[in-house]
Amino acid sequence: MPRVALTPEAADLLRRLRASHGDLMFHQSGGCCDGSAPMCYPAGEFRTGAADVHLGDLEVDSFVVPVWMSAAQFEYWSHTHLTIDVVPGRGSGFSLEAPLGMRFLVRSRLLNSEEL
Amino acid sequence: MTKYAAPGQSGSVVTYRDRYDHFIGGEYVPPAKGEYFANPTPVTGEEFTEIARGTAEDVDRALDAAHGAARGWGKTSVADRANVLNKIADRIEANLEMLAVAETWENGKPIRETLAADLPLAVDHFRYFAGVIRAQEGGISQIDEDLVAYHFQEPLGVVAQIIPWNFPLLMAVWKLAPALAAGNAVVLKPAEQTPASIHVLMELIADLLPPGVVNVVNGFGVEAGKPLASSRRVAKVAFTGETTTGRLIMQYASENIIPVTLELGGKSPNVFFSDVAAERDAFYDKALEGFTMFALNQGEVCTCPSRALIQSSIYSDFLGDAVSRTQAVRQGHPLDTETMIGAQASNDQLEKILSYIDIGKQEGARVLTGGERADLGGELSGGYYVQPTVFEGDNKMRIFQEEIFGPVVAVTSFSDYDDALKTANDTLYGLGAGVWSRDGSVAYRAGRDIQAGRVWVNNYHAYPAHAAFGGYKQSGIGRENHRVMLDHYQQTKNLLVSYSPNALGFF
Repeated sequence: MPRVALTPEAADLLRRLRASHGDLMFHQSGGCCDGSAPMCYPAGEFRTGAADVHLGDLEVDSFVVPVWMSAAQFEYWSHTHLTIDVVPGRGSGFSLEAPLGMRFLVRSRLLNSEEL
Repeated sequence: MTKYAAPGQSGSVVTYRDRYDHFIGGEYVPPAKGEYFANPTPVTGEEFTEIARGTAEDVDRALDAAHGAARGWGKTSVADRANVLNKIADRIEANLEMLAVAETWENGKPIRETLAADLPLAVDHFRYFAGVIRAQEGGISQIDEDLVAYHFQEPLGVVAQIIPWNFPLLMAVWKLAPALAAGNAVVLKPAEQTPASIHVLMELIADLLPPGVVNVVNGFGVEAGKPLASSRRVAKVAFTGETTTGRLIMQYASENIIPVTLELGGKSPNVFFSDVAAERDAFYDKALEGFTMFALNQGEVCTCPSRALIQSSIYSDFLGDAVSRTQAVRQGHPLDTETMIGAQASNDQLEKILSYIDIGKQEGARVLTGGERADLGGELSGGYYVQPTVFEGDNKMRIFQEEIFGPVVAVTSFSDYDDALKTANDTLYGLGAGVWSRDGSVAYRAGRDIQAGRVWVNNYHAYPAHAAFGGYKQSGIGRENHRVMLDHYQQTKNLLVSYSPNALGFF
């Protein structure tokens, strides 16, 4: 079952970002300040490895944006489904959308028993 | 009660300029691409100045200036460097009220905190590092009669510092003071949410620093932070923020083989043992205040005591009193000296906190007080305010495991010492913790057993210079606020000197 989804507004923003930056990826952050933000990078900019979990792929038109999270964090998040949304905002580490005055945000819901 | 006039209003102690360029080489320099971004105050949501939108070209220019200044500053005697730091401290102290109002307008925090904590701590931090650099000594190791190893501390050169938005001035000072004391030149990038107050400080102290020793480049992380953090011309990167960016910075640093210091947050447990409630006395009152410290700085503190663990034998009564204490927190205009909790620093931070309150409710956590956005009316309706919120739930819930970075505490109970420690340490992070007990042995053991870099025992949220601050586990690398931070800004040079006139006899 899919663990990640996208709002139409977030999909629109991904279309804009892909037009300027090429293929994209998300890595879900943790910790303070802009922690808990899904960070959007050019594909491959952030190197994932054995310490990461691939949560799923977001399909937008003909392109796909993979979503990653650290495996340690996934242990605490694995019972929730994440929908990537976007709100007006400013800054989130080196995430690509910040200069556009927008930032991605995760909205969560509990996975139901069939999804788990 | 005093309410300070807002910057820009008549009678205000501070005036922001309409626009700030980059501070490079001791002067203000427009951005290479000529672009600026608007900066709102979280108090009302209205824009009050615009800021240079830096790019790689601006970072390069700042690095040129820093490299031009680094050698001279590194060769400056420690007495002279310490004098500069002390003069900066004096200048901040003499203008404390002005900087406090500037900081409150920038960040949204209550003026009583900037007046009593942020700025006095900044003053003391410069003085502390002025002191420790004078007291630092190298080492001599006599290897044998004729061979001596001399150890010198040398500055790294040019360092990059990326500053968070929760204490824009104090966190900049935490990083600047040790770096400058150690003889480095700095290129500093403030957070794009709080890019302006640092310039009020820089204008105030610019004449005290040789040009190029401190350079401030503003802009967005991806446009200015990344070129700085990944530059081959920096000898070290210091960052406070979150884990994904922390990893990315380590990744860039690995490409350049340079060190990093990282402070990446936490999910700090605040543990109340049953003997706290043995009397209803001053200590009990202090413990209740300790619980309520989650609301300090609107919860936007990496060490926010955002998990309260209360022993089951006192759970109901203590929590009832703690909720009452929380309900007494006065929310209002951040420039009013009676206000205890102000605005969240940005709209996206507000949205994130509300999304966490939502998932907390979905997971079945019970809201004991708060749980909503606060509309304070009038001009404050456009600002970003959240009610102080107490959740009751279980440590496996997301609100117990992620730093919400808002005025939200998640409360649960424990049965005994082992249960307390198991829950306290059941977290990815290890930055701060609190332990409350009248029994010194229990407090000591718990303090040692909690896997966190800073454990407050019978107090919370004190940040004096001379007490090391930094994280275990995923909370980061390095210790700020203490002499040991000099090690993170210095190389060790060893001169190994032979005083023997004789050949070894090998060749």
